[in-house]
Amino acid sequence: MNVLEAMKGKAWLSATLLLAGLILLPFVVEPALGKSWMRIIDFALLYIMLALGLNIVVGYAGLLDLGYVAFYAVGAYCWALLSSPQFDLHLPFWIILPAGAMLAAGFGVLLGTPTLRLRGDYLAIVTLGFGEIIRIFLNNLNAPVNITNGPQGITLIDPITVGGFSLGKTQDVLGMSISSPHMYYYVFLLCVALVVFVSLRLENSRIGRAWVAIREDEMAAAAAGINTRNIKLLAFAMGATFGGLSGGLFASFQGFVSPESFNLMESIMILCMIVLGGMGNIPGVILGAILLTVIPEALRYTGELQRAMFGQVYVDPADLRMLLFGIALVLMMLFRPTGLLPSKQRKQEFAEERK
Amino acid sequence: MKSPLLTISLAVALGLGLTACGDKKEGAADGGNGTVKIGQSSPLTGPQAHIGKDNDNGARMAIDEINASKPVIGGKPVTFEIMSEDDQADPKTATIVAQRLVDEGVVGVIGHLNSGATIPTSKVYSDNDIPQISPSATAIKYTAQGFKTAYRVMTNDAQQGKVLGAYAAKLGKKVAIIDDQTAYGQGLAEEVGKAVQAAGAEVVATEHTNDKASDFTAILTSIKGKTPDVVFFGGMDPQGAPMVKQMHQLGMNVQFLGGDGIQTPKFIELAGADADGVIASMPGLPLDKMPKGPDFQKKFEAKYGQIQLYAPYAYDAAYVMVDAMKRADSTAPAKYLPELANTNYEGVTGKISFDAKGDLTSGPITLYKAQGGKWETLETVQPQ
Amino acid sequence: MDIFAQQLVNGLVLGSVYALVALGYTLVYGIMELINFAHGEITMMGAMIALAVIGALFGVAPDLPGVVIVATGLLVAIPACMLLGFTIERVAYRPLRHAPRLAPLITAIGLSIVLQNVAMLIWGKQYIAFPTTLLPQGRHEVLGASITDVQIVILILTVAIMAGLVTLINRTRLGRAMRATAQAPSVAQLMGVNVNAVISATFVIGSGLAAVAGVMVSANYGQAHYYMGFLLGLKAFSAAVLGGIGNLAGAMLGGILLGVIEALGAGYIGDLTGGFLGSNYQDIFAFMVLILVLTLKPSGLLGSKSVERA
Repeated sequence: MNVLEAMKGKAWLSATLLLAGLILLPFVVEPALGKSWMRIIDFALLYIMLALGLNIVVGYAGLLDLGYVAFYAVGAYCWALLSSPQFDLHLPFWIILPAGAMLAAGFGVLLGTPTLRLRGDYLAIVTLGFGEIIRIFLNNLNAPVNITNGPQGITLIDPITVGGFSLGKTQDVLGMSISSPHMYYYVFLLCVALVVFVSLRLENSRIGRAWVAIREDEMAAAAAGINTRNIKLLAFAMGATFGGLSGGLFASFQGFVSPESFNLMESIMILCMIVLGGMGNIPGVILGAILLTVIPEALRYTGELQRAMFGQVYVDPADLRMLLFGIALVLMMLFRPTGLLPSKQRKQEFAEERK
Repeated sequence: MKSPLLTISLAVALGLGLTACGDKKEGAADGGNGTVKIGQSSPLTGPQAHIGKDNDNGARMAIDEINASKPVIGGKPVTFEIMSEDDQADPKTATIVAQRLVDEGVVGVIGHLNSGATIPTSKVYSDNDIPQISPSATAIKYTAQGFKTAYRVMTNDAQQGKVLGAYAAKLGKKVAIIDDQTAYGQGLAEEVGKAVQAAGAEVVATEHTNDKASDFTAILTSIKGKTPDVVFFGGMDPQGAPMVKQMHQLGMNVQFLGGDGIQTPKFIELAGADADGVIASMPGLPLDKMPKGPDFQKKFEAKYGQIQLYAPYAYDAAYVMVDAMKRADSTAPAKYLPELANTNYEGVTGKISFDAKGDLTSGPITLYKAQGGKWETLETVQPQ
Repeated sequence: MDIFAQQLVNGLVLGSVYALVALGYTLVYGIMELINFAHGEITMMGAMIALAVIGALFGVAPDLPGVVIVATGLLVAIPACMLLGFTIERVAYRPLRHAPRLAPLITAIGLSIVLQNVAMLIWGKQYIAFPTTLLPQGRHEVLGASITDVQIVILILTVAIMAGLVTLINRTRLGRAMRATAQAPSVAQLMGVNVNAVISATFVIGSGLAAVAGVMVSANYGQAHYYMGFLLGLKAFSAAVLGGIGNLAGAMLGGILLGVIEALGAGYIGDLTGGFLGSNYQDIFAFMVLILVLTLKPSGLLGSKSVERA
């Protein structure tokens, strides 16, 4: 799993091919499948960032966080408040995107500090409560002083704009007309690359090993001289940063945020992505995020399929979707608890435990 | 896995493969055979599916009737086709769906159901110059964003709130207000509060709950201490019904008042005997008072069963859209959009014409009272 | 009438509902240190099954006394939920007994999604009305507060069930086996305790309690819905943790405390803060108190200190 190792020899070739493929992808998808699929791919990229962020907390450090969506919300609202008619502020993206990520990191530490002594199940319920508290505050900060507009949400959020070039509308570049989802795709791709890079570097660093040590046995880790408090806070802050980053991107891409986008189900969904894909393993997490974003959209067509075959829809595709999710989660844990693409280390641990 | 890069490429390929499964034929805006697509979007799954399907049915019935009349637009016979998509009442899904409708080449959209889904999609439609008529979004913000393409055939929160607030003030001088902290409930409650005060009555309490709660005894007790004459609730029937029950359990015999969210058959079913005496409003005229109303109701019930909530509005929205196309003599969005602004149409829900923002110029609002398991018409109010 | 007395009654009723559900959480947790996240959904299933039976029976024999109809519904729902609990434990939890701690928690979340969606497919997405006319509708004034017959039944039942459970745990053979299993499953096994049977029994009892709670909740609020178990389960779980999970008296205390805090909080916060904060922050109290208690005393109010849960 070493980056340097992977980059030896033929890996360079496959990396170049992958890069070329990813850059050219929208030119194939958009004419063939339409802009709506471009949007779906954009959302898949957003979820990859979120899942990789949560992966640091849950996958590496083993801290079960059920309120992760709170950081996503903090990032999104930070962008929405600083770049919309709400307060008539229109700060440039290179200020608010880092600001949102930093603010989210701050919230990560805020959540982490009181929960340092908590483990497992207790931590899960407290983080869940934290996520709800953030959402309830966003939903209620419209009175007595109107900050977030409450349940009405914030509209007309500015898109990313670079020197008068707005990513919010179709632009002509070198004679080609490039749509807004297409341009956002590149921005998101760049951010995903950054997040993957940081994750990879962290995984193989002292910090990454410290996280794993804490996950496996906190007391032993402390005995080995690891400052468990700082390392745990770092995990929360790091995960939250990625959440805040994706939140900001979400707000600018969508142009509208409201508290209903940041409910508990969203946190659980992100958790499902990393569990399904393979906790602690970057390619696995990416796979999980892609699958869980794309499958529901693909399942949309089962409704049409049913209508075409039986003349009516017997089972709602969306109902089926959640039911299948639930069943998949249970089966996954029973038969492949390490996920579709498990990390090498976890696979070994399991093999040992099963002996 | 040897290389993470390889795995990522695999993952992407897999994602793409799945994407390809979803491949669909591309529709041209105005096909050679004169088929014109009109989009409809509402939640067709999830807790509000029955209301979303109702909108779908309303729009479909209108389009079926229009097609049966063999319309000729721009010198060519035209057949309309409804493209219905499920937005799951979720803002994110709604924008994907909106984009899909645009991709499919619809010339206009009837939708969405919820304000939360309508507002973010209005940007997508505006960017692509596709006219949109929402049959049921009430949030003021929807038409206040300055998009030329956003219209609605439903009164907004301010219009309905004004009528409800004035009515509440007429019922008693002390009004307590509860909302469910959703975009709909909070928006309506806020406007009602303003109108109550404007009418010279007093808002003695403002309390909040949420759209999943079932125990309201704490806030009701607190309200009881302030001895209001009227309790107004901005929210939906699953909360309204237990709320009125608990009011009676606490020995509060004050008038319960609500918006269109509780003016449903389900409210009466859930509240049972406690529903008697509850007053709720619904935008538009009662169907039996409209020239085309009873006829519409008969046809709709024969085809789809009981009207849930907004089917008549979706029906009118579709007619209004086609009406504008006929006057412009074109189905091209750019051509008929200016005509949409000049709409003057006699629908089943009332007379429809738009102001500069895309809101209804005159929205009559009817008040109903629950009596013996039915909603009886009380009176229709014309807002000033 | 006395507002404070009324708020206290409101809180007690709400708290008893939480406590009834929390008992089930804590029972399972006490024996095998597993958060049965699906417990809220079992409560929901209990309400739905009972309502289906009540509806059907009312349709066939409307002349039967209302109490008999509701009791029949309850008597069908209890064994149905017991069977459900038994099956869930066998299929989804037992194979994972030695897996890492995250695994059963995630199956539990998965199961609760499955149960919700199954209920939605069977009974639809709409709220279902509980025919409240079947039950006595009496209303009593106690110390200036008003309380209904159903609410009195809830209070009595909660106390009775709690007392019954304590007797079961402390006085019976099964109870002794349960305590032994909770302390050290492997040692208990060596001592001749059939650990699997004890765990199954625990699940069956907990699920039976959930059915009772489900029926009580739907009778009190007059409706049931496929989503009702989720929030209820969450609150009840918070209550169990607050009181010290694994401790029966703790679940009871936590439930009542949470209910009273919510009622008083929602009732008085507006007046206390001069209208700055309102009842919209009602749900925050529960979580705030929870976080506060856990930060100061990570094992809950009545939880034992020695518990080391990794």
